[in-house]
Amino acid sequence: MSGPLHLQDLRVTRDGQPIVALNLTVGPGEVLTIMGPSGAGKSTALAAILGTLAPAFRLSGHIVLAGRDITALPPHLRRVGLLFQDDVLFPHLSVGGNLAFALPPDIKGRAARTARIAAALQAADLSGFADCDPATLSGGQRARVALLRTLLAAPCALLLDEPFSRLDADLRAQVRGFVLDRIRREGLPAILVTHDAEDARAAAGRVVTPLGLPLAP
Amino acid sequence: MLRRHFLLASAALFALPAHAQTAWETVLAEAKGQTVYWHAWGGDPKINDFIAWVGEQAQARHGVAVAHVKLASTADAVTQVLAERDAGITTGGAVDLIWINGENFAAMKDAGLLFGPFATGLPNWGLVDVAGKPAVVTDFTLPTDGYESPWAMAQLVFEYDAARLPQPPQTLAALKDWIIANPGRFTYPQPPDYLGTTFLKQVAYGTLADPSVLQMPVDDASYAAKVAPMWAWLDQITPALWRAGKAYPQNEPALGQLLADAEVDFGFAFNPGRASAEIAAGHLPDTMRTFTLEGGTIGNASFVAIPFNAAHQAGAQVVANLLLDPEVQARAQDPNVLGFQTVLNLSSLDTSSRARFDALDLGVATLAPADLGPALLEPHASWMVRIAQDWIERYGVAQ
Amino acid sequence: MIMAGLLRQAPRITLALLTVPVLAGLAGTVIPAFANDAKGIQALLQWPGLPRAAGISLVTGLGSAALSLAITLLPVASLWGTRAFAAVQHLLAPLLSVPHAAAALGLAFLIAPSGWIARVLSPWATGWTQPPDLLLLNDPFGLALTLGLVAKEVPFLFLMALAALPQTDAARRMQVAQSLGAGRVASFAVSVLPSLYRQLRLPFYAVLAYSMTAVEMAMILGPTRPYTLSAQVVIWMADPQLTGRATAAAGALVQVGLVLGALGLWHLAERLAKSALIGLAHRGMRGQGADGPANVIAALLGGLIGGGLVFGLAGLALWSFAGLWSFPDAVPASLNLNTWTRAAPDLAQTATLTLGIAALATLLALALVLACLEAEHRFDLVPGAGALWVLYLPLLVPQVAFLPGVQVAALRAGMAGHWLAVAAAHLVFVLPYLFLSLAPAYRAWDRRIAVAGAALGATPARVFWHLRLPMLLRPVLTASAVGLAVSVGQYLPTLLVGGGRVETLTTEAVALASGGNRRLIGAYALLQMLLPALGFACALLLPAWAFRHRRGMAVAA
Repeated sequence: MSGPLHLQDLRVTRDGQPIVALNLTVGPGEVLTIMGPSGAGKSTALAAILGTLAPAFRLSGHIVLAGRDITALPPHLRRVGLLFQDDVLFPHLSVGGNLAFALPPDIKGRAARTARIAAALQAADLSGFADCDPATLSGGQRARVALLRTLLAAPCALLLDEPFSRLDADLRAQVRGFVLDRIRREGLPAILVTHDAEDARAAAGRVVTPLGLPLAP
Repeated sequence: MLRRHFLLASAALFALPAHAQTAWETVLAEAKGQTVYWHAWGGDPKINDFIAWVGEQAQARHGVAVAHVKLASTADAVTQVLAERDAGITTGGAVDLIWINGENFAAMKDAGLLFGPFATGLPNWGLVDVAGKPAVVTDFTLPTDGYESPWAMAQLVFEYDAARLPQPPQTLAALKDWIIANPGRFTYPQPPDYLGTTFLKQVAYGTLADPSVLQMPVDDASYAAKVAPMWAWLDQITPALWRAGKAYPQNEPALGQLLADAEVDFGFAFNPGRASAEIAAGHLPDTMRTFTLEGGTIGNASFVAIPFNAAHQAGAQVVANLLLDPEVQARAQDPNVLGFQTVLNLSSLDTSSRARFDALDLGVATLAPADLGPALLEPHASWMVRIAQDWIERYGVAQ
Repeated sequence: MIMAGLLRQAPRITLALLTVPVLAGLAGTVIPAFANDAKGIQALLQWPGLPRAAGISLVTGLGSAALSLAITLLPVASLWGTRAFAAVQHLLAPLLSVPHAAAALGLAFLIAPSGWIARVLSPWATGWTQPPDLLLLNDPFGLALTLGLVAKEVPFLFLMALAALPQTDAARRMQVAQSLGAGRVASFAVSVLPSLYRQLRLPFYAVLAYSMTAVEMAMILGPTRPYTLSAQVVIWMADPQLTGRATAAAGALVQVGLVLGALGLWHLAERLAKSALIGLAHRGMRGQGADGPANVIAALLGGLIGGGLVFGLAGLALWSFAGLWSFPDAVPASLNLNTWTRAAPDLAQTATLTLGIAALATLLALALVLACLEAEHRFDLVPGAGALWVLYLPLLVPQVAFLPGVQVAALRAGMAGHWLAVAAAHLVFVLPYLFLSLAPAYRAWDRRIAVAGAALGATPARVFWHLRLPMLLRPVLTASAVGLAVSVGQYLPTLLVGGGRVETLTTEAVALASGGNRRLIGAYALLQMLLPALGFACALLLPAWAFRHRRGMAVAA
């Protein structure tokens, strides 16, 4: 199901003012970085691709993901994964429960689902954490669980909304490496939104502003 | 009028005409299985218990269930029937039976909201003491015309604690002197409350030059002059009342509470057995006693009436008749149950029924029927309205 | 798709549900005032007590509402964020359902010259062997009534303030203001109060309207020469003469006018207070010296109100076990279970029906409120100020001004007298309270959770059932408990729509209150508190148990 993410003349305006203007393709395994100061439209670009734009915005153009035009689809049918600035783990569910929520329903049977979750945790050095309360995990562990959760939902593309900005310096490099490594291994097209040049360098892809102007990485 | 009742009574006692019997049997048959919604004031648990007991009897004897709808005020039931009539509900109404008398009855009878006449057709009507207790057919001078059936007699009695007050005043004049000599120890419920207005009427009986005018509608021309002595009496006591007349208890229970709390030295009630019953329940000290004024106190009857649109008119009649049953009447007079005076003519009862009444211990604070003194008839309803209205203008609005 | 369409209409359906009965009822009640050449209005104008009764209603209403607000805000300002503060919330909640009549009788027994306080102090300290002749209750200025109203309204305003606080960002604002050198109370007044008050404004208006139209409390504690207008209107309604009802309708109309007038006056006061506050902030008020006295006053007032209510109810509870209890005995001469055994059979049946009505009304209200809030969230609807006013309509319009009209409508529809009709009538009053307690938490919910869920492929319905609802379990249950409490406490709607046939704990208690029987009223008042208290206990314990291993779901201090 993997394939490139095409943003075809994607324009978002508010009161006639252009906020986002992107016309580009993100290939599988590529990480495109959108940079810009606060309020420049980075989050608006992500919301446009996710399908969560507020009604005040107007959108034109097309979003085509893995051969499907998803422009008019509701968010839950787009298969676009998202990592937030904070991990946004569901506080009322265990670690395993968070992962099970993401697991597609076509994996049937309690045993099969549990096994799948255990395997994912093991691959992330988190075996045995399934019954844990997310609130008891360290920052790095939480970031990894958040990524696992996103990947378990089998997305066709990944959006990263400053996912490393809240982590302290040591942890930051470590988590960033883990995330970028998994994206490349899964072969997902990804868009990273950040205002940190170091994040952009680590992503090692093109860097543009929300209005599509290229920036030096 | 009386003569017709007497004939009916004798007929009921000795030989019910065949057609009457079948008519009553029709009522009984129709009533079986019905649930009678009896709207009655629910502020006294003893009365509530008595109504529940009557319900059990009705169920056991006639297969009629009774549901007591407990009211904060009888007028709520009148309002309900009025609202139903306004909504066009002429059958299947929610109210089957109302405990009623006085102005509520007058208002409903006047507005044509009552079923009947039915009372004189009840099999037990013949036992009622129509001659000895004229109040059972004259409700505030208004002839009942069979639109309500009596079930209890009431007479105004004064209550006091003999431990605090060994010699209570026995005349209105003596009462006035006592109140003035003991400021802050006497009050009466605030008119237009029923008991409060009754106290005013009692004062009227004792002060008016010719109390017999009370039996006729108020005459506007002579009213002011006639009632002047009553207001003079009240003007004299008001500064010496509880709270100097700046506040009044709301109703009979509130006055009873003041007596129980020793805030005042006199209570009064329409139920001569109330004090004994409260002593028996442990709510009043056993030094409480009652007295009536020389020359008598106002007495009246409690009735039940059936609304014109009642859903269960047959069942309601069965309950009204049951309330006149000697066993039920004797139970109501038992001070441990209610302490209400019976409406029956005891001399007309058979020996075993009579024995039920003779066996009653009326209680330490209750006057024997002979000591109650004469029961004065309620004045015409227009007096009550007028006196209450004038009271509000004189004392009811702070100056 | 049909469900989605219904969901989108939910706010409209709900608003209609609130406006139609109130406006139709109002019309049905007010028309009789003008019928027959406006006889009702003429009779009202001829009543000598009118100016004073209207004045007393206005003064006690405004006075008690303003005092309630002050007493609510002072502890919030000086205690907010402390542990004691959180505990108070759970103690207060059950008091919401104490019916006004029971609270008034409890208070009356406490402070009367023959009351509990006097009994405890007599005769050793006071020398009284019989109660002194002091005008403490039913005073002509309505002081006792004001005290009673304050005691009953503070718990409600306090809970509303607690619900509103998280949205005011109080903690950070207070920190900033205090770091600039302002005292705690001054910081609160300048930085938190304006936005807190904006949220409290409508609940406060409801309190104001209620205080001006309270009936049971006015009859027990208020002046009697004359009664307050509200009490007099009910007395007229109960008048068997047909003219009484028209006079009552005219009186109800005047009440609506008085409430509107009071709201106008208050609005003026709001503007004055606002400019005064801005002035203080401009002059750089630090007011550190204010904290000490404010703490003392807060503790004193809170203690007085809480103590009055709690000891009053405790007194009634003791009465329910009392044998003979004469003045000046501090406790009854003997204790027994007579009252309880006598009431037990009735009690079980009545309590079941009360709970059934409350549960149904609360469930319906909860479903509607959740649908409204979810529609607001999904379709990005922005509720206008008008919608909020509509929500408060049933609380702002005096009950006696529209319920008699509703009664006639229910009778015409053949619904009166059925417990389902009563539950429907309760819905009109339960819904606003439930909405007010749930909306802040619902709207404050982290929307990123919904985005995260959608990005994981979850439908909006799955997000609602599996993420939002479980995460909001605590506020949902608390709001339901509030709804339950409101339903249990309803008197006039139950009486009028139930046609007297639907007996709840409250209709029974008020009927008993008319007989002044402290023993039975004590028993009923205890039970009336018990039912909602169970609800609040569930709201407290169920989430605590369900999330016992989830630190992220702990109550934020």
